[in-house]
Amino acid sequence: MTAGATSLRRRSRSRRTPAGAAISVLLWGYAVVVIAPLMLVVFNSMRPTREIFRDPIALPGSINLDSYVTAWNEASFSTYFWNSLFITVASVVLATATSVMAAYVLGRYRFRGSSVLAIFFLSGLLLPFRLAILPLFLLLQNLGLVDTRAGLILVYAATGIPFSVFILSAYFRQLPGELTEAARIDGANEFVIFGRVMFPLVRPALATVAVFQFVPLWNDFFFPLVLLRSSEKWTLPVGMTRFFGEFQTDWSTLFAGILITTLPLVALFLVATKQIIAGLTAGVGKI
Amino acid sequence: MAKITLDDIGKIYPDGTRAVGHVNLDIQDGEFLVLVGPSGCGKSTILRMIAGLEEITEGKLYIGDQLVNDVPPKDRDIAMVFQNYALYPHMSVFDNMAFGLKLRKMPKEEIKRRVLEAAETLEITEFLDRKPKALSGGQRQRVAMGRAIVREPKAFLMDEPLSNLDAKLRVQMRTELSLLHKRLGTTTVYVTHDQVEAMTLGHRVAVLRAVSPQRPYNLQQVAPPTELFNEPVNLFVAGFIGSPAMNMVYGHLEADGDTVWAVFAGNRVKVDPVALERHPGIDERMGDRLVLGIRPGNFEAASHVAGADPDKQIEVNVEVTEMLGNETFVHFLLDEEPVMTPDIQELLGAAAEEEAVMGHKTQFTARVSPDVPVTAGDRLALVIDTAKMHFFDPTHGVRIGATPPPGMEAMVQS
Ligand SMILES: Nc1ncnc2c1ncn2[C@@H]1O[C@H](COP(=O)(O)OP(=O)(O)OP(=O)(O)O)[C@@H](O)[C@H]1O
Ligand SMILES: [Mg+2]
Repeated sequence: MTAGATSLRRRSRSRRTPAGAAISVLLWGYAVVVIAPLMLVVFNSMRPTREIFRDPIALPGSINLDSYVTAWNEASFSTYFWNSLFITVASVVLATATSVMAAYVLGRYRFRGSSVLAIFFLSGLLLPFRLAILPLFLLLQNLGLVDTRAGLILVYAATGIPFSVFILSAYFRQLPGELTEAARIDGANEFVIFGRVMFPLVRPALATVAVFQFVPLWNDFFFPLVLLRSSEKWTLPVGMTRFFGEFQTDWSTLFAGILITTLPLVALFLVATKQIIAGLTAGVGKI
Repeated sequence: MAKITLDDIGKIYPDGTRAVGHVNLDIQDGEFLVLVGPSGCGKSTILRMIAGLEEITEGKLYIGDQLVNDVPPKDRDIAMVFQNYALYPHMSVFDNMAFGLKLRKMPKEEIKRRVLEAAETLEITEFLDRKPKALSGGQRQRVAMGRAIVREPKAFLMDEPLSNLDAKLRVQMRTELSLLHKRLGTTTVYVTHDQVEAMTLGHRVAVLRAVSPQRPYNLQQVAPPTELFNEPVNLFVAGFIGSPAMNMVYGHLEADGDTVWAVFAGNRVKVDPVALERHPGIDERMGDRLVLGIRPGNFEAASHVAGADPDKQIEVNVEVTEMLGNETFVHFLLDEEPVMTPDIQELLGAAAEEEAVMGHKTQFTARVSPDVPVTAGDRLALVIDTAKMHFFDPTHGVRIGATPPPGMEAMVQS
């Protein structure tokens, strides 16, 4: 969302037509609608609950971070946060590492069965993973992976692979073949060509697929709810359900908790916007 | 450095396309050999087979004395310069040049020494820290050259390395390439479809032609540039080498005592005996229909030649003139159907139909001195240097008295 807004704003500078102006107004309006509640959360998380009830929409009188400390320590947000971070990052790294290698082969080599293999990977895009929860659960149970972080990570990584392979193989395909040939003549074997020539060139696409995996995993409620039992392994979305029950009346802490949950995503988009746009538009112009 | 030997090399692509057939070439140690020919004639395929990027499906390839058919590219010890340079976009110029050496585990100081030396030679020292994206086309071209040079390979393979440069830069780089080769003396195989590049760079030039099912042979003629120009083996080579192209017209020779006359399109010119000597066996072809070839440069305005022989002149109606400063091209038409052998059809490609529409006229171009006052519509007397005339067989296009190109022997005998 942040990414889209930035890219459109950049382009709108050259727009001087009435239609262009209308689009600008629309987009700014949308941005306000999105940003306003976020700001409300930020401000109210720094105000005592009493004040919030008296006047829900106001600037904080002073900056007060007590509610964050409460959320972090008393409401176990520290546990949830680190669980979420570890599980999400590990899943994304695992899925991306697997995908980039698969995509390289699918994108750059033709061999017997290569198109069948490509379709096999892509078919994952069509399958609703959540519907497969029962067999998945039984599978993990037999492997002894229910209620383990490793089990969740494996499931997450598997869900991320189809999309990543799809994007990355398209990206690999459009890299000039002469590069591979030049490297081959320079004395590189297949692994060197992959590692030192092709891999560095798909980095923008890697950032894209990493972010696109990160967001839904970070927000996912379903799989940890089903697959994790012990609360010390819970991730933020599951942890929040308990937190909402416990702190029903402590709005300030609620807001702080929400913000802690959202912050990594905002940070991620701020850091990676440029890379994401580069990754998504790759192949439009020649590199 | 090493010689490269192609022994009856052929290539059939996996989809069944035959791209190359029966290519025999002995490339000498230190030679600069140019492969030239129209688009699709198999130049790149041959070069890529030498490089090891394309499987050799027929014949044997030797680099030095080693049979390399099944040797992977990295072990052939050759360097290649690509048309689009193929520089690694994420590496600096220095790293681009050093990559091959690093992979060969060369000591760091030696790598640095070689890269700096090559950069010095190519005048790219100031760009060593830049990425290829921040370089102009000409500079990228130099980096690509540098990457080949530092390897100090047995041979350089270059596939149209100058074709992405603008005209002026191309001429400059051509000269530099030539000097570089003089300095390094590395065996070089150079692919181009630009016959000027071929003529100026090559010690020898191999003219190639696309194979056909009837004629699975690419090579037409392998010879030093002047020989190609003066003694083209057939109409294909004659039409391809030289710019503007050689003029060709149907005609015949008439012996009249000691003198031989060339008769074409209502003209009759005396043929210099030198021209006859250059075509052994021409005596037996008196009166036969032939293709006569005259290069544009072998014309001159009669008014500008002291004591011009009236027997070697033709009078023409000037259609178009092109004044280029140090020469003027005069275009005119002869009253004869255009020469349309398979060779010529192949050379003209799509333009062949256009030519056919012209009907019973043959286009000619003459180069005259720039100070000849001539404009379209003028009548002009031209004198022909008939010692430089060419005679070809009209059916298979082979030059009279020449050894036919591979695969055409049978046709010439029948
Ligand atoms: N991978 C391939 N599969 C099938 N046919 C091919 C393949 N590559 C080239 N060819 C065919 O082989 C013939 C020779 O191609 P090649 O690229 O060697 O020509 P070229 O002389 O280099 O032409 P250009 O001057 O256009 O580069 C062409 O007819 C081409 O269509
Ligand atoms: Mg080519």
